[in-house]
Amino acid sequence: MLLFLARRVGQTIPTLLFVSLLIFGLQQLMPGDPALILAGEERGDPTVLAQIRAELNLDKPLPVQYGLWLWGVLQGDLGFSWRIREPIAEVIAQKLPVTLQLGLMAFVIAVFIGIPLGILSAVKKDTPLDWGANAVGLAGLSLPNFWLGIMMILFFSVQLGWLPPSGYVPLSEDWRQSLATTIMPAFVLGSGIAAVFMRHMRSAMLQAMGQDYVRTARAKGLGERVVVLKHALRNALVPVVTLGALELGTLLSGAVLTEQVFTIPGFGKLIVDAVFNRDYPVVQGVVLVTATLYILLNLIADVLYVLINPRLRHA
Amino acid sequence: MPDGAVIAAPAVAARGESPARRAFRRLLRHRAAMFGLAVVLAFIAIAVLAPLIAPYDPARTNWAAIRKPPSELFWFGTDENGRDILSRVIWGARASLLAGVVSVAIALAAGVPVGLAAGFLGGRVDALISRFTDAMLACPFLILAIALAAFLGPALENAMIAIGISATPIFIRLARGATMAVKVEDYVEAARGLGNPRWRVAVRHILPNIVPPLLVQATLAIASAIIAEASLSFLGLGQQPPAPSWGSMLNTAQRFMEQAPWMAIFPGLSIFTVVLAFNLLGDGLRDALDPREQG
Amino acid sequence: MSFRRTLLAAAALVAAAVAAAPVSAQTLRIGLREDPDIMDPTLARTFVGRIVFASLCDKLFDIDKDLNIVPQLATGYRWEDPKTLIITLREGVKFHDGETMDAAAVVYSLNRHLTMQGSFRRGEINSMEKAEAVNPTTVRVTLKEPFAPFLAQLTDRSGMVVSPKAAEAAGAQFGTRPVCAGPFRFVERVAQDRIVVERFADYWDKGRIHIDRIIYQPIPDDTVRLANLQAGSLELVQTIGTNDVATVQRNNRLRISMSDELGYQGLTINIGNGARAQTPLGQNAKVRQALDLAIDRATINQVVYNGMFTPTWQAVPPSSPYHVKSLTPPTRDVARARALLREAGVQAPVKIVLTVPNNPELRQVGEVIQAMAAEAGFEITLNAMEFASSLQAATRGEFEAYLLAWSGRTDPDGNLWTFVHSRGPQNDGKYSNPEVDRLLDAARVETDLEKRVALYEQMYKHAVVEDRSRLYLWHRKNIVAHTARLTGFVNVPDGLIRVQDLRLAN
Repeated sequence: MLLFLARRVGQTIPTLLFVSLLIFGLQQLMPGDPALILAGEERGDPTVLAQIRAELNLDKPLPVQYGLWLWGVLQGDLGFSWRIREPIAEVIAQKLPVTLQLGLMAFVIAVFIGIPLGILSAVKKDTPLDWGANAVGLAGLSLPNFWLGIMMILFFSVQLGWLPPSGYVPLSEDWRQSLATTIMPAFVLGSGIAAVFMRHMRSAMLQAMGQDYVRTARAKGLGERVVVLKHALRNALVPVVTLGALELGTLLSGAVLTEQVFTIPGFGKLIVDAVFNRDYPVVQGVVLVTATLYILLNLIADVLYVLINPRLRHA
Repeated sequence: MPDGAVIAAPAVAARGESPARRAFRRLLRHRAAMFGLAVVLAFIAIAVLAPLIAPYDPARTNWAAIRKPPSELFWFGTDENGRDILSRVIWGARASLLAGVVSVAIALAAGVPVGLAAGFLGGRVDALISRFTDAMLACPFLILAIALAAFLGPALENAMIAIGISATPIFIRLARGATMAVKVEDYVEAARGLGNPRWRVAVRHILPNIVPPLLVQATLAIASAIIAEASLSFLGLGQQPPAPSWGSMLNTAQRFMEQAPWMAIFPGLSIFTVVLAFNLLGDGLRDALDPREQG
Repeated sequence: MSFRRTLLAAAALVAAAVAAAPVSAQTLRIGLREDPDIMDPTLARTFVGRIVFASLCDKLFDIDKDLNIVPQLATGYRWEDPKTLIITLREGVKFHDGETMDAAAVVYSLNRHLTMQGSFRRGEINSMEKAEAVNPTTVRVTLKEPFAPFLAQLTDRSGMVVSPKAAEAAGAQFGTRPVCAGPFRFVERVAQDRIVVERFADYWDKGRIHIDRIIYQPIPDDTVRLANLQAGSLELVQTIGTNDVATVQRNNRLRISMSDELGYQGLTINIGNGARAQTPLGQNAKVRQALDLAIDRATINQVVYNGMFTPTWQAVPPSSPYHVKSLTPPTRDVARARALLREAGVQAPVKIVLTVPNNPELRQVGEVIQAMAAEAGFEITLNAMEFASSLQAATRGEFEAYLLAWSGRTDPDGNLWTFVHSRGPQNDGKYSNPEVDRLLDAARVETDLEKRVALYEQMYKHAVVEDRSRLYLWHRKNIVAHTARLTGFVNVPDGLIRVQDLRLAN
């Protein structure tokens, strides 16, 4: 196991290098000139454009630009945002806790709704309960987040006045206010993912319940509960773990639309603004962080596979 | 190791009937699946026959009837430009079904073989593929979409490619995880022990057993793809106005949630119905393909 | 379902605990449409940033609701000659750091705007040759050549005076802690979340300030911004959509206030910028005239904006003294449009690609124009583009027609020269007419209002009536909504939220 972990950590550095090159290349493929955007109303003036390009090293050859950026990163300097002129490390440090909180809350909500409903609909397959759970779950998936979000704001904030309509209060400042500002967006995000968990859980449970050892366990006269929980559930979890890692990764790289509706100052808005404004260093910095998150989460998933099914260790 | 493992080895179970045939026969008997299939076929028919069944031209504006609620004249009401929403939902089925199904098919076709290879071969191949997948996952979809919009220009096919590419890593991960779990099962090890070539083991023994999670994900991904098409059309990929798609109808409706809720309800319901139908069909397929179930 | 219910119940419990959180009655919470950029008057670019500056940084001059230039940190001005401006300053004005605002500080600030690296003010005041302090309360500004709009520039960010001591100390980071001479001083900023300012005790005009603290909150979604106002989590919102005006008017706890915006929306047409200009639309004024006649401005206004905007045929709104009254937009005439196309000798349908920004309202405008123009024999393809891509496309001439919104400037020069003059930095269609250039240049140095308006009137005759170089469509409105508890708000056409005289009742 230790060797496995060491190997995986060793793979992280080349992966991050590859990601940063990929992003750097893709950004060059996008139309849109950062200098034009930064010049604003002076964009017709070639001297202004030249000055901006010189200041941001945009006049240098691409490999040099990438090299300069990489050199900075190796020294622990992610650089400055071209648009808001703040150090990128600071901006990320400001947004990351927000997105972590919102993402984890949404994930917990999704797990607590999706997993039990999935098990229930597998055990009660082809009953009204199964159909109902599926319909509700898929409705959650088909509803666009902005629609559910705005409906919740109109109902809970404007009609009932229970929750603040938007904004964000950090956990460290006032945990109750913080929960109040994040519960609605977390629910909106979680409801869609709950459907994914539920569907996968159901299918995986059905597959597992058909396995020989479950049949054997049943034949031995073990109670249905034990069969379901101890035997079927374990193996059924593999696709759910895969999806869990991916969905959590998506959540932690920021949920643009939901953040926008609830005005949560998180990663999603940061990256979208950066892409739209061609704020290349911010995009590069954020992607490095998300890539690290994905690598970490997928590593956790791989470890979980082995914990769930010890036979995988030999493979 | 009990011999039964080999006998229970599902996909090779020979009872004088090919597995595909048996699955098909069982699918036909699956009521929910047949209902799902009927709905999907109905929507396909609607999309194909749109010119014949739509009551109005979906692009015909009527400045005197903007944002009118459903009535005898306009069953689903009218939109912000006075266009008939029923006709737009009917015509929008074309773009949305294509966007949903084709992009998921692209992602399946690209993701499953790669994921299967990673999970089955393991080692360096797996490391390379998995780290590449991590990189793809971390790359913001928006950048890809804008770059593609610039190179390919506005067309529905290009939106499908973009969505397909972005959904691929999920299928890679899913196929890989499922393959890893299946390949240590007794019947696979037995098949390998019998000296079957690796590709044969992968295709005949592993693939059929990793289908269920892929099927589930594919039916779910259709919903996201339909919704994603609309955001892409705003970036200059995908369907351009005035041609309708369900996703873009929903997007437009966002500005009028309080004044004209019907603008969101009908395209939303259509997406829901189609996704539900695909899921029912998927469940049926799953049951039919499940080698252990008798019948 | 029970999970949902439990969650909702939990949410309600949390909410009940929170709803009572006290907010000082004298805190004013303002909802902005987007997050401002850097809060340094020299480097700032965005419109919403100007709204925040209205409480932080006083300017040499201001404009009133009839667009007259009125003194603020200055007490008056006179032109010694067309190239020399004498500005007299108010005495006893303090910066937030306690330093005195004097002629030296004004000279420092003007030079900073003109020379600092990355300055966005340079283009506004580059006609300035030098500024010098005659005595502590008098500044003499010398221009390179006469430039009528100069004074108007000093009513915006170019006229903001910063504390030289703080600016020197902070350098390029000044925007993270701006120190000016406005009624409020900077407290903190959390990017994309809020900017907090609090009342400055030594403000020179403190008798007119009745609010203790202002929190600016960017809330991009129109519906959500309004929901915050309805729920009482905001006291004022910068703009609301035209669709929501009726909702606010029905609510007796809310008030609405509208004024004409200083800018316009219109169609930029590629006339001389590269290969894409070689279209019937780009090369033949008759085809452009036909398109102009095919568009029904009043109907678009009704359909998209609930009839709240002002259809136009020029660059400045009726509220401006520079509005040319004789110039009224043409009424739709499809038959005449078709005839013009025949005269032009082009084959209908005339194909046009119209680039629209990825903004839902402008996209709808594009769809309406598409439908209207089709009736007159045009076949318009809409091309939605995200902003940065469209900017590059516009600059490089990779467009045929481009639907564009311009927020506007106090002086008409900022709406016209920049866009219409052959050397104008935002003349993306590269329209070029020597007579128009001559008239625009003449208007730049003309200080007499009536003579200047006459020059613009002549200019429009060529650029709009004859050449249809650009199709002006309408002027938008600044629609501010606020709680009925707030009084004293004056809606000036520049769309800023001035904090003087605002009172908040309990």
